[in-house]
Amino acid sequence: MATDDVKLIGSWASVFVMRARIALHLKSISYEFLQETFGSKSELLLKSNPVHKKMPVLIHADKPVCESNIIVQYIDEAWTSSGPSILPSHPYDRAIARFWAAYIDDQWFISLRSILTAQGEEEKNAAIAQVEERTEILEKAFIDCSKGKPFFNGDHIGYLDIALGSFLGWWRVVELDANHKFLDETKAPSLAKWAERFCDDPAVKPIMPEITKLAEFARKLFPKPQA
Amino acid sequence: MADEVILLDFWPSMFGMRTRIALEEKNVIFDYREQDLWNKSPILLEMNLVHKKIPVLIHNGKPVCESLIQMEYIDEVWPSKTPLLPSDPYQRAHAKFWGDFIDKKVYGSARLIWGAKGEEHEAGKKEFIEIHKTLESELGDKTYFGGETFGYVDIALIGFYSWFEAYEKFGNFSIEVECPKLIAWTKRCVKRESVAKSLPDSEKITKFVPELKEKLGIK
Repeated sequence: MATDDVKLIGSWASVFVMRARIALHLKSISYEFLQETFGSKSELLLKSNPVHKKMPVLIHADKPVCESNIIVQYIDEAWTSSGPSILPSHPYDRAIARFWAAYIDDQWFISLRSILTAQGEEEKNAAIAQVEERTEILEKAFIDCSKGKPFFNGDHIGYLDIALGSFLGWWRVVELDANHKFLDETKAPSLAKWAERFCDDPAVKPIMPEITKLAEFARKLFPKPQA
Repeated sequence: MADEVILLDFWPSMFGMRTRIALEEKNVIFDYREQDLWNKSPILLEMNLVHKKIPVLIHNGKPVCESLIQMEYIDEVWPSKTPLLPSDPYQRAHAKFWGDFIDKKVYGSARLIWGAKGEEHEAGKKEFIEIHKTLESELGDKTYFGGETFGYVDIALIGFYSWFEAYEKFGNFSIEVECPKLIAWTKRCVKRESVAKSLPDSEKITKFVPELKEKLGIK
């Protein structure tokens, strides 16, 4: 497949863009990474995603695909013969993976984000408690889905690993900002070990942003009110 | 081995309607079990531990939750009959994008029409119209959202049609005036047996709204 056949509009710091990048790496697909400038939206982005005007957008043979989880599924289906399968093969396992990916986006991520946007200690502590609760749910989900194997998807990283794993950089940034550890050996032992394995995966390691760089970016995105 | 298919649902739910239609399209025989959402049954609480919501599809004892996920599951488990999603990966991604759009946008704005007052109500109505104009533009001159074949996006949206009369009454506007092509599409959809069987009477929904508001503690 020619390099100029696949383009990805995104940013190094975006969790959702990272999902698409991991999927492309897993399938060994060469692509042109078109990085957006912070604070503005390119003509190509606005033209390719007129409905939401958001990244990531995968452009394959000039046709845009939007929404990170949809992009990951598209990559799995469009390049079935390349690399490992990203989604499980059994329809029931696929439904479970999709369910947890939706939970991560609709519930877990919202509470994680609330920690960064919280006004005052009370709001922050409430958000932290909610993330704790939801992480416990994900710990159980990991045990159920992995069935003793190293990843949600089994022996290799897959759809659900990518859905949650892409958050690991930001999760660490939130932990540092809130001075609170979520992914530790006592509270979420399976997830803590999974997180290390995920970050070490060859499809992930080159793309996972540096925590210090991400923390600096977080300060720009979520400025603290002046004391 | 015969499949055992149970659907835990609530009759006015436009999300439950999706699963009902999908099962009907596939001619799957299922046991429909009406749920009382204000007195949740043990089976509902057990089968949807995380959200405790309907619809829940239980296939041979195993639960599948979330209506769009259920639609995809139904399509994958019973693939030989009436495909709900196209086979081409790009067309599939396109359909899922619009299913996701409907999920993100329609319910929220509609809820403000019957459930809110003043500025919030007006904002909901405005957003609802805008969303449906976007959907109408996506439909264009096609018979259905996917082209000539009824499918995933049509099923994702059509349940809301049973609530249109209620939205028009509480919003004091006409959806047909705003989106005539979309209304023409709804008329085509309701001619299908799967849809006619799965959608409740609009009048019944409209009569139900005040009761729903009371149950939800909305004045």
